[in-house]
Amino acid sequence: MYNDITTEKGRVDWWTVMFYLVFVLAGWLNIYAASFDLENAVSLFDLSGRAGMQLIWIGTSLVLAFLIMKIDTGFFDTFAILFYIIGIALLILTLLIAPNIKGSHSWLVLGPVSVQPAEFMKFVIALTLAKVLSIHGFKLMEGRNLLIVSAIILVPTIIVIFQSETGTALVYLSFIIMLYREGLPGGFIFTGLAMIVYFVVGLKFSEEEIGIFSRGEVYTLAIILVFTAGMVWSYVKRKQVIKVILGIIGSIYLVSYIISFTQWVEVDYGISGILALGLVILYLLFLSLRYWKRIYLMMAVFAIGSFLFLESVEYVFNDVLQPHQQMRIKVTLGMEEDLLGSGYHIGQSKIAIGSGAFTGKGYLNGTQTKLKYVPEQDTDFIFCTIGEEQGFVGASAVLILFLIFILRLIFLAERQKTTFGRIYGYSVASIFIFHLIVNIGMVLGLTPVIGIPLPFFSYGGSSLWGFSILLFVFLRIDKSRKPF
Amino acid sequence: MNRKDPHLNRSVVIGATVAIIAIIYLVQLFNLQIVDTKYRDFADSNAFYKKPLYPSRGAMYDRNGELLVFNQATYDVMMVAREVNDFDTVDFCNILAIDKPTFMELDSLMRDNRKNPGYSSYTPQRFLSKLNIREYGMLQEKLYKFPGIYIQNRTERQYKYPNMGLILGYIAEVDKNTMASDKYYARGDFAGKSGIELSHEEDLRGEKGVEILLRDAHGRIQGKYENGEHDKTPISGQDLTLAIDIELQAYGEYLMQNKIGSIIIIEPKTGEILAMVAAPSYDPSLLTGRDFGKNFMELAQDPYKPLINRAISGVYPPGSTFKPAQGLVFLAENIITPDTRYGCAGGYPPLGGRPRCHGHPSPLSLDPALATSCNSYFCYGLTAMLNNRTQYKDVNDAFDHWKDRMVSFGFGNKLEVDLPSEKRGFIPNSKFYSKVHKTENWRAPNIISIAIGQGEILTTPLQIANFSALVANRGHYYVPHVVKNLKDKPLDKKYTTKHETGIARNFFEVTVSGMAHAVTGGTCRGINLEPEIEVCGKTGTSQNPHGDDHSLFMGFAPKDNPQIAIAVIVENGRFGASNAVPIGRLMMQKFFKDSIPPSDKWLEDRIVNTSILPNIYLRNRQTLNVQ
Repeated sequence: MYNDITTEKGRVDWWTVMFYLVFVLAGWLNIYAASFDLENAVSLFDLSGRAGMQLIWIGTSLVLAFLIMKIDTGFFDTFAILFYIIGIALLILTLLIAPNIKGSHSWLVLGPVSVQPAEFMKFVIALTLAKVLSIHGFKLMEGRNLLIVSAIILVPTIIVIFQSETGTALVYLSFIIMLYREGLPGGFIFTGLAMIVYFVVGLKFSEEEIGIFSRGEVYTLAIILVFTAGMVWSYVKRKQVIKVILGIIGSIYLVSYIISFTQWVEVDYGISGILALGLVILYLLFLSLRYWKRIYLMMAVFAIGSFLFLESVEYVFNDVLQPHQQMRIKVTLGMEEDLLGSGYHIGQSKIAIGSGAFTGKGYLNGTQTKLKYVPEQDTDFIFCTIGEEQGFVGASAVLILFLIFILRLIFLAERQKTTFGRIYGYSVASIFIFHLIVNIGMVLGLTPVIGIPLPFFSYGGSSLWGFSILLFVFLRIDKSRKPF
Repeated sequence: MNRKDPHLNRSVVIGATVAIIAIIYLVQLFNLQIVDTKYRDFADSNAFYKKPLYPSRGAMYDRNGELLVFNQATYDVMMVAREVNDFDTVDFCNILAIDKPTFMELDSLMRDNRKNPGYSSYTPQRFLSKLNIREYGMLQEKLYKFPGIYIQNRTERQYKYPNMGLILGYIAEVDKNTMASDKYYARGDFAGKSGIELSHEEDLRGEKGVEILLRDAHGRIQGKYENGEHDKTPISGQDLTLAIDIELQAYGEYLMQNKIGSIIIIEPKTGEILAMVAAPSYDPSLLTGRDFGKNFMELAQDPYKPLINRAISGVYPPGSTFKPAQGLVFLAENIITPDTRYGCAGGYPPLGGRPRCHGHPSPLSLDPALATSCNSYFCYGLTAMLNNRTQYKDVNDAFDHWKDRMVSFGFGNKLEVDLPSEKRGFIPNSKFYSKVHKTENWRAPNIISIAIGQGEILTTPLQIANFSALVANRGHYYVPHVVKNLKDKPLDKKYTTKHETGIARNFFEVTVSGMAHAVTGGTCRGINLEPEIEVCGKTGTSQNPHGDDHSLFMGFAPKDNPQIAIAVIVENGRFGASNAVPIGRLMMQKFFKDSIPPSDKWLEDRIVNTSILPNIYLRNRQTLNVQ
């Protein structure tokens, strides 16, 4: 797999550059299509149009890329921390002086140009994490180190949340993918995923009461039991334990099921779940005391935490989230059909994509996007234009190209010889993965509406510059990798 | 890789997870774009505004090329709610001759999404329809004062004559049922609702065109779709020439004022209807314009029911006008010969003088029996037919032969005139009587009243006129029709096909002769126009359980080479000779001489001044009101 080290030494990875060029050019053409105004069509190159402006961003990005390739790799290593400090300072400055643009306080207005520092912060955080994690002898799982890494990510995240750019803030959390690669225990990721599952299931079925619990709670209790058993099965070496736990869960549900046939009492599976979970937790606590092993305590904590999380879902949803955020989540979960309100974006987006059929309506022939049925169609919803005008052929081609692009980034990251290079590479891959999954998922109606751009395609100078810097710095590092 | 890395396999986990998510997204794409077609339909109704282009509806002319119905421009007030501001409502209301509450009502009606499903505040919506030319002029002049108000042209039916509203019919906005049964129509379209407007709807309406426009998310028009390549120009409707002679028609309506009944005049050679008067009728221009709704309600509530075309929807016992048909059946079935005589003693002797008859010589053959309208003769004839066991198996068999002959004369079924809501009348068959008498062995005396056109027999005035044309033709008829020809289309074959009765011509000559003698020396001497014209006729007096007898007349002229056949019925007009015959005479004078000779002026005055509006209709209305 890595036998090409010597032959490829010192060469730019032209594959990635090719992908980059294809994406930005396709993006440019689609921005023209998306912002095409039937009444006064401007030329593809007209600087008063969106496409013309994007051409400037592309040109300057290429210049930027060229300059980056001329910089010595050591520069990034050396100045990472300084960048971070400047970045945080800029974010705070922006928060303080930025004008209110559609509720967002994230734009620094410099004469005719507006810059969004949060976009560049992705690069800065990636660089800083790479710098910190690659310090010789740095062990991620030591308490102090974990705290430092969390702080590096969370400080800008919180500032950006205050700037009302929730989408970008969520992007920063995507570094967890890189951390997973660097040894963050699977349990953390699993716990995170488990929380999402509890949230989705608990909420989706929260409106129907069966017994004293909602259907969502009953289902989630069962899922918590399965997850806990799964954790025990994969982390606990004593096979006796999993047998006991499965025995407890199985017998309680079986007995409930049998009783339900006799019709003596109304069986409440919620109570069965609570009973089973309680017994499992007690058993795990007992084991932790008996063998004095931390692992049993961790399992018990997972189970208790899961239960507490479940019970807080409705509270968090109803009392912490804003009504429009609640609505977006409900629409995504299919709990509400709201084609004129929150669901409008998603509904029109699906209509535009769906109307493209197999081969699409042809370039500049999309009616839904031309007639402005889809909001934000040249930025966050640009994938609609592709889907409508290029059809399934075009849209799936873009999706597959992006997949190959990300796999290529992972491949490049893995072939780095320095920890710094690998971590930076994974950070870049993490950001692209998150953007791709959330943006296209949103347009397809599979994830909630979170306003983040599709890399290289969406209109916008800051985001294109940000992505270009992010990518080309990695290519610069990749070019200079040294064999051990 | 020479460095130990405990987490290397996680690169595979990450890559695989991304790949799985990408595949899920591909499946969703496939779902949205290929499996589920509903999004395509959504998209089309989103983006395309198919603006209908209305063709001009066909005009109508009378048989002499006189224009009867045409289209005139009318104007609708359209409002774009978004653009309305700084509005002088008082001035606006004054121009449109409405008051402020009406304005508010129209405004909320326009904005109501249930009543006006296509409402958008960005596009022109109909605020008020059918401005007259004066209101249009005033509004046009001050239009600059009312931002957001536009005027849209449409066309509206206009009528040159206040006559034949029932035959022309009217048009109105299509309802849900029409739209459901015929995909051609869309909301706001107009279609024929009665008369020729309905029966020839498909010829008159032409074909709508369409202009495909692109509409943005706010409903604003953004231009033509692909430069109008998919647009369709409208095709104008067919102009119709009617068989009606408007002068004759108008004169008939003049005569029928203050009476209830019908006059039908058919050209026997072609089946063309020269006049079809159904009284009471209405001025067709009442059912056009902005007062349509109000006028329609008034007509619909009128106790004399002027919206019913009695010429084709009214059913009456034909009375003595049925006797020529009886005679023909007996001759054709060899029950009698032209020389067969039956006696009469002021009534039908076998049943103790019932039905009664009037004074005339006895016994009589068919010719004088028709001339004197002898009841007994036809009772004997029918009895002889039903009792004949050499030709017929039993009474049922005999009666069904009788019925088939009657049906071949056009009775008992719809003639299929080119007008809607024609009734079929009623000619019973043997099963009917077996059911009524609860035995298959019922006998002639049970049903003797049908021999003289009473009892269960019911006919429409059109069927009587058609039978009269059949006799005039000596044995065949063409289905009567009011549309003579269409501009670019041949007339339906139905109206050019000869219907033969298959009865020998010499039998018809006997009947014709009887009807000629009725005019020269029988029951309808009142229509004798000799020496100029030899008229054949037959009166009828049909009994009616609700009031006075109906007065009927059928006939044709001249006897040889007839030009017109006529049927007249005046409800509650008593004897045929008292009202129907004079009206028939005046109509013939009008037809043959173009004007009424001075010698007949007194008759015209008498008829015009005769008012027979039976209060039976009013009584019905009162009982209705009580309930």
